[in-house]
Amino acid sequence: MTTRMMGAKVARVEDDRFVRGHGRYVDDVAPDALHAAVLRSPHAHARIRSIDVDAVLDLDGVHAVWTYEDLAPLAPAMGEPLPLLIPHPTLTHGRTQYALAKDEVNYVGEAIAFVVADDRYLAEDALDRIVVEYDLLPAVVGIDAARAAERLVHEDVPGNVAARMEQANGDAAAAIAAAPHTLSLDLEIERSACMPLEGRGVAARWDTDNGRLQLWTSTQTSTGVRAAVAAKLGLDLMRVDVITPDVGGGFGVKINHPWPEELLVPLAARLLGRAVKFTEDRREHFISSAHERGQQHHVEVGFDDEGRLLGLDVRFWHDNGAYTPYGLIVPIITSTQLLGPYKPGAYHVQFDSLYTNTVIVTPYRGAGRPQGCFVMERTMDAIAAYLGKDRTEVRSINLIQPDEMPYEHGLTFQDGRELTYDSGDFPTMLTKIKELVGWDEFETFRAEMAAQGRRVGIGLAAYVEGTGVGPYEGAHITVETSGKVKVATGLTTQGQGHQTAFAQIVADELGVPFEDVEITTGDTRRMPYAVGTFASRAAVMSGSAIHLAAKKTKEKALRIAAEALEADVEDLEIVDGVVQVKGSPGSGIGLGTVAVLSNPLRYAFDEASKAATQFNVGDPTKPPVAAGEEPGLEGKDFYSPPRSTFASGMHAVIVETDPLTAEITILKYAVVHDCGHLINPMIVEGQIHGGVAQGVGGALYERMAYDEAGQLQNASFMDFLMPYVTEVPTSIDIDHLETPSPLNPLGIKGAGEAGVIPGSAAFAAAIEDAEGFPITAMPISPSQLFDLRAAHHA
Amino acid sequence: MSTEQLHRIRLQVNGVAHEVEVPARRLLSDALRHDLGLTGTHVGCEHGVCGACTILVDGTPMRSCLMFAVSAADSELTTVEGLANADGTLGPVQQAFRECHGLQCGFCTPGFLTTITAGIKENPSPSEDEAREMIAGNLCRCTGYQNIVKAVCRAAELAATHSGEADQ
Repeated sequence: MTTRMMGAKVARVEDDRFVRGHGRYVDDVAPDALHAAVLRSPHAHARIRSIDVDAVLDLDGVHAVWTYEDLAPLAPAMGEPLPLLIPHPTLTHGRTQYALAKDEVNYVGEAIAFVVADDRYLAEDALDRIVVEYDLLPAVVGIDAARAAERLVHEDVPGNVAARMEQANGDAAAAIAAAPHTLSLDLEIERSACMPLEGRGVAARWDTDNGRLQLWTSTQTSTGVRAAVAAKLGLDLMRVDVITPDVGGGFGVKINHPWPEELLVPLAARLLGRAVKFTEDRREHFISSAHERGQQHHVEVGFDDEGRLLGLDVRFWHDNGAYTPYGLIVPIITSTQLLGPYKPGAYHVQFDSLYTNTVIVTPYRGAGRPQGCFVMERTMDAIAAYLGKDRTEVRSINLIQPDEMPYEHGLTFQDGRELTYDSGDFPTMLTKIKELVGWDEFETFRAEMAAQGRRVGIGLAAYVEGTGVGPYEGAHITVETSGKVKVATGLTTQGQGHQTAFAQIVADELGVPFEDVEITTGDTRRMPYAVGTFASRAAVMSGSAIHLAAKKTKEKALRIAAEALEADVEDLEIVDGVVQVKGSPGSGIGLGTVAVLSNPLRYAFDEASKAATQFNVGDPTKPPVAAGEEPGLEGKDFYSPPRSTFASGMHAVIVETDPLTAEITILKYAVVHDCGHLINPMIVEGQIHGGVAQGVGGALYERMAYDEAGQLQNASFMDFLMPYVTEVPTSIDIDHLETPSPLNPLGIKGAGEAGVIPGSAAFAAAIEDAEGFPITAMPISPSQLFDLRAAHHA
Repeated sequence: MSTEQLHRIRLQVNGVAHEVEVPARRLLSDALRHDLGLTGTHVGCEHGVCGACTILVDGTPMRSCLMFAVSAADSELTTVEGLANADGTLGPVQQAFRECHGLQCGFCTPGFLTTITAGIKENPSPSEDEAREMIAGNLCRCTGYQNIVKAVCRAAELAATHSGEADQ
């Protein structure tokens, strides 16, 4: 019997090429390409009076220089703004930028001119010679300025409000008014960003001989880029191939598309008849990609003597930056997922999505959930403090119980579907996290530490994460006559180990050796129907689609083999790539042979194909390909669930704060995590480790330091403090809970984003516990904690 | 074509000599990647902070994005492509990363591999704390470093076994 691969810690097949330096990232392809560079606005808000590119035109090694005026004559749609990818009825004032700025710039970093030269050095030389005259306009920076609306980002957007959205389940105001106890909180989370080690990049080659565009891009959606490029460049979709090669991390930022360069590079490649490449540098990534997280919240909550929520009313303000290409996904997620594993009583939420003269805001791992989790968990801690109860008791009484699943919140989720939790066991999870972190023993530990003059605190936070949103993913499987199994799914990969995890699924279902399975992702030539890799959806969506496609392939293999072996389909099985009568090894035929039989040939070119010619295969009285059949041993299927599945987890952290310097040290970090059945526990744990590190960064270090003029003061790795190994916990204790999802055939839920979600909430709770005063804004630095101490002890 | 003045230099990389013509300002990282096609060395920040572009210059880890190609002309360079064993099997640090799941997207990995290769040569049996110190100048955004620390310790074990076998 073949060993079951699902659930096994299988070493990753992609690693061999990565550790040898043989990965292929965008900047590694098309070595003959010309290089592009982009002139970016040095001002946060300005009118462009004139652009003079004359000094560039005669520069040696420069092939093209474009401004806005040049684009529409090349492709009419390039004169229009970039698409607003996810429209929403409440996004009444959505705005997007142009590929190159038209008349006005709205953030430092906005693209103004585009140069193509022999290499990047020369292209940047050329940028230095372009002269732009600006009329400066006052900048709107930060949520306070956006709310005050004394100045506007877009003249025609009153109050800087892109959207105002409201949802309710019950009458929260009445429930709060009638509650025995009420509290109100004001909370804030600062801006941060994904910061993959590889920035954005795009390379394109126009194949004149075939009239086709080949585009490589470091994206989280090949099919999205393909459709956008075809539409904006005026090309038939069938003439555009988009390939996502190895991607050096995404974390959300690469789901937005098309970036200006994703359009300008192929346009240039077609016009110049040369391969063209753009590789973003780090400063560009800071000022011209995307950020996230910046929100302010006001909470009104009503509860009973036991801390049971009766009514919850949340009003929040979301900084969407200068434009809204990705719609309202982040604030919608905050507004719904802040509920976590709890029953809120009556619930009302309203948010404003606000323009500022800063980099656009699109999802960053967690996508609005870290903010929502922070709001809910700070509220739980505030209630516990008010009632003088243990914080886990207040949580416990509000948890949704396992027998209440599926649990309907009466709200609409980010995918337009009802917010209904499919499964989960939150009480067990709470028990597990308390044990794992040593919750009940903590007071003893605190006393011991206090005796040594040391100050410690403990905190925990819970989250529920909708994973695997629709609409669908697909998979196509071909078994070659060699017996090798080639699998394609359309979504992309940026480090999740899809080549391994998906091959495990195929090996199990199809009964083939794991080593014989090869997975291709993100190549529109192989699978043109796909959505993308975001929202912790790849394992759920493509994993399920691949499982279904493998099932179809297996059915076909058994059908063909049954005829060849003169056996009943029911009596056959596939073991190690051989179709055999159940329990009778040595009786069967290999899948390669089945593949030969599946495809009746006219021409023979080797021994295998000789066996497959129409003179050798099949009943001569019947058509060579039977009615309802297709040649080839293939299977294709799609997975489209009615709604998301919901993963969940709880994190707990023990911190020490230095009484003198306010330095914050992590003593223990514990995670309980439920993503349903695990495909590869090693990969899942790796995802958790990485998420926790980003959670530490978001809680203690990472912020976008804009000044009043909209200049990003820390746009480098020297000043934007991402965790090194010295900043993360020395170990992370992890416990899994597996409540399988009833929504997909494998019972899996997503795991990609989970680790980052409760970071800020858990750290705020632990620091508050250590210090004895409320922590209401994150991230928090030692100097901020020092100042808070001074303020509270003044 | 550009009229920049070019310098003909000899770059000795992974034991192979290459002749290239580069302008004085060409970064070593760019020369390796674009002139020699050794794209295993990655560029993450171009200001010497992330460590992805780390290569060994005469055995010492250096940021190739902070060096000019012309200034590396007299040195022996080792990139990630030169870390496999002579027989083509994975070298100890490469093998350890694979075993310990020390990488996800793989972009920062080459810089860690070169850094650790030099690190365990200097300290063949690092403690966990020493392992952390060894990699404390490299950024990784995917792994959270837990498994990279394990990989350092495992690499040291594998290297010790390997050199032990070689001695026999």
